[in-house]
Amino acid sequence: MIAHIFEERCDGCNSCVAACPTHVLDARTDGPPVIARIDQCQTCYMCELYCESDALYVDPDQMARPTITPQAILESGQLGRLRHDYGWDQPGDGHLSDFWRLGPLLREGAEIATRRYAAFKADRG
Amino acid sequence: MSQRDGLDLTADVLIIGGGMAACWAATSAARAGARVVLADKGYVGTSGVTATGGPNHWWVAPDKRAQAVEERHARSFDLAERDWMARIIEETWRALPELTPYYPFDTDGRGGTFYSGVRGPEYMRALRRFAIDRGVTILDHHPALELLQDGDGAIVGAAGHARLDDRDWRVRAPAVILATGGCAFRSGLIGSHGNSGDGLLMAAEAGAVLSGMEFSASYSLSPAWNSTRTLPYFAARFFDASGHELDVPPPMSSEAAHLKALARAMDAGPVLADLSDAPVLLKQLLRRIQPASLPPFERRGIDLFENRFPIRLFGEGTVRGTGGLQIVDEDCRTSVEGLYAVGDCATRELIAGATSGGGAQNAAWALTSGRVAGRAAALAALRVSKVAPGKAIGQAGLRPASTARAIDLTPVVPAVQAFTIDFDGTLWRSAAKLNKAQERLDGLWREVADHGHAEGLDRVALREQAAMLASARWVGAAALARDESRGLHMREDRPKVDPAQAQRLLTGGLARVWTRFDPSTPLIHPKEVAA
Ligand SMILES: Cc1cc2nc3c(=O)[nH]c(=O)nc-3n(C[C@H](O)[C@H](O)[C@H](O)COP(=O)(O)OP(=O)(O)OC[C@H]3O[C@@H](n4cnc5c(N)ncnc54)[C@H](O)[C@@H]3O)c2cc1C
Ligand code: SF4
Ligand code: SF4
Repeated sequence: MIAHIFEERCDGCNSCVAACPTHVLDARTDGPPVIARIDQCQTCYMCELYCESDALYVDPDQMARPTITPQAILESGQLGRLRHDYGWDQPGDGHLSDFWRLGPLLREGAEIATRRYAAFKADRG
Repeated sequence: MSQRDGLDLTADVLIIGGGMAACWAATSAARAGARVVLADKGYVGTSGVTATGGPNHWWVAPDKRAQAVEERHARSFDLAERDWMARIIEETWRALPELTPYYPFDTDGRGGTFYSGVRGPEYMRALRRFAIDRGVTILDHHPALELLQDGDGAIVGAAGHARLDDRDWRVRAPAVILATGGCAFRSGLIGSHGNSGDGLLMAAEAGAVLSGMEFSASYSLSPAWNSTRTLPYFAARFFDASGHELDVPPPMSSEAAHLKALARAMDAGPVLADLSDAPVLLKQLLRRIQPASLPPFERRGIDLFENRFPIRLFGEGTVRGTGGLQIVDEDCRTSVEGLYAVGDCATRELIAGATSGGGAQNAAWALTSGRVAGRAAALAALRVSKVAPGKAIGQAGLRPASTARAIDLTPVVPAVQAFTIDFDGTLWRSAAKLNKAQERLDGLWREVADHGHAEGLDRVALREQAAMLASARWVGAAALARDESRGLHMREDRPKVDPAQAQRLLTGGLARVWTRFDPSTPLIHPKEVAA
């Protein structure tokens, strides 16, 4: 679930408020958005993609309220990482040049499992 | 719902929903000359399962199509239609390249362009821009609560609540397209929080019929704490908590053997996955292909290809199940005048039969159904000169049948999951289990329908609960009435396919849920699309 909005990085653009599909955040006139309905957070990371200032962090546990401290987030190097991995701000910059491999790699994984299972069965008699 | 300062609009075509099906419908209706309003519960770009996924579309070159349709049809348990299957392949092939100005299609590794698979957030961002460029009015965070119906029973618009502005809205339009997605019954499935079956409930209140609701047993594997896409896990080995390797048949085994073995093991205790066997190239390229698969691990200090980790199966309900609103013609009309259904909100039996269309068919269906309905709705609407104001027809949660009072909603989610998400009731259904769970649901439904009431924004959440209850009751009734096992519908007390039941099963009704086999299956013969 969304864990923290870093006030010192946030420019108050409210694009996370608009982009959150489940209405977790509320805009404020005098500061960064507030996490108003965390129970509705589906841990989808979409707010991170839409925050150009890399000012917010989603904890990966979708079952429990986050306990990670702002300090630990900053030290993790994960703030903004996902957006940069996507190449979100540079569409067409080659970020999708390996995307075609998804299907073949998925099938290769299934084939590995199939071969291994045959051996596993033979082994166990 | 007549707030003085509410938003009141008119349009030719109103689209409810904001995933891929809604957007393809919107661009197609706009191209046909209609004034289009699209109202989404969330944000068009991030809401729905399209955005967090990244669908691969059914993509077959012309010379291979006949064979592809034949092969897929042979696996559909006799409920799919070759004409519809061929149609979604053709339409998808035509449509995706139209997104080129908006989506950064890249190489297919063989010197061509890769169109069939798209990354979810980029795909939805592209569709949003495409729709805006076509002149579509997008209303983000405008969940619909109910439909408007005229004196003759035709749908003439919808009403809802604008969450960010905290005011009511109403859009009058002679053609309404429902694109509210499938119902995942709050299983935690990636991207599905808003997929609560709202469109199914709204349509049923107008008298619409559903089909294939019994085909709703589908799951995806993820780390136990965060639902993700499934690409990384295909080569996984599985272990119990004491380190013993489990006997789990490979993915894609017949008769859901992989799924059932995992479900049985998880009922017995924690199951851990070991991905050390994954393809080497996948280990190197996962971040480039599917960056969102990594944060669940990296942010917990886990190396997903080195460390074993606990897993969970997240239920998909009707998302990668198959049931939804019945489609009565080649334009994706429902049985109610003026109302169309597209994407996961509609039954996908036409293209997947009793099986899941996930993996390729469902996305091609969402695209095609959206495009054909958008065009047909536009042409129908442009012939209408005057629209009656219409009456808002929402019931459960909006207009209690008896005295309004506070009700305890905590039992709703566990009850709706009994035979849609919980393993025992979903993968090993039986008449006894279904009857018991259905009784509980009927009681909860009466409670919500008789007494449920909320004001303002709170109505949205209450209607979601009502919609999940209604959807689960249709699943339960259909699962009882289909007295056999077929595809995704697995009855342990009726383990065999009964050739006499090779028909679609219809369901509907709110106070009293009914079912009946559709003797006309399969009867729809679509004509060529020219969208
Ligand atoms: C993890 C995952 C991977 C998948 N991969 C594939 C694949 O590779 N190939 C394939 O063919 N299929 C795949 N599928 C299925 C495919 O993603 C869906 O069939 C498709 O995205 C459905 O699009 P949709 O627009 O109908 O629904 P969604 O994208 O779910 O959109 C539903 C929309 O309705 C809105 N809504 C809901 N209620 C209301 C309301 N009351 N008022 C207004 N709006 C409302 C929501 O906000 C949302 O925007 C996958 C599904 C999942 C979950
Ligand atoms: S998107 Fe980022 S910068 Fe903008 S308001 Fe949200 S947290 Fe602040
Ligand atoms: S993770 Fe998703 S649901 Fe949670 S706040 Fe961010 S955008 Fe909203």
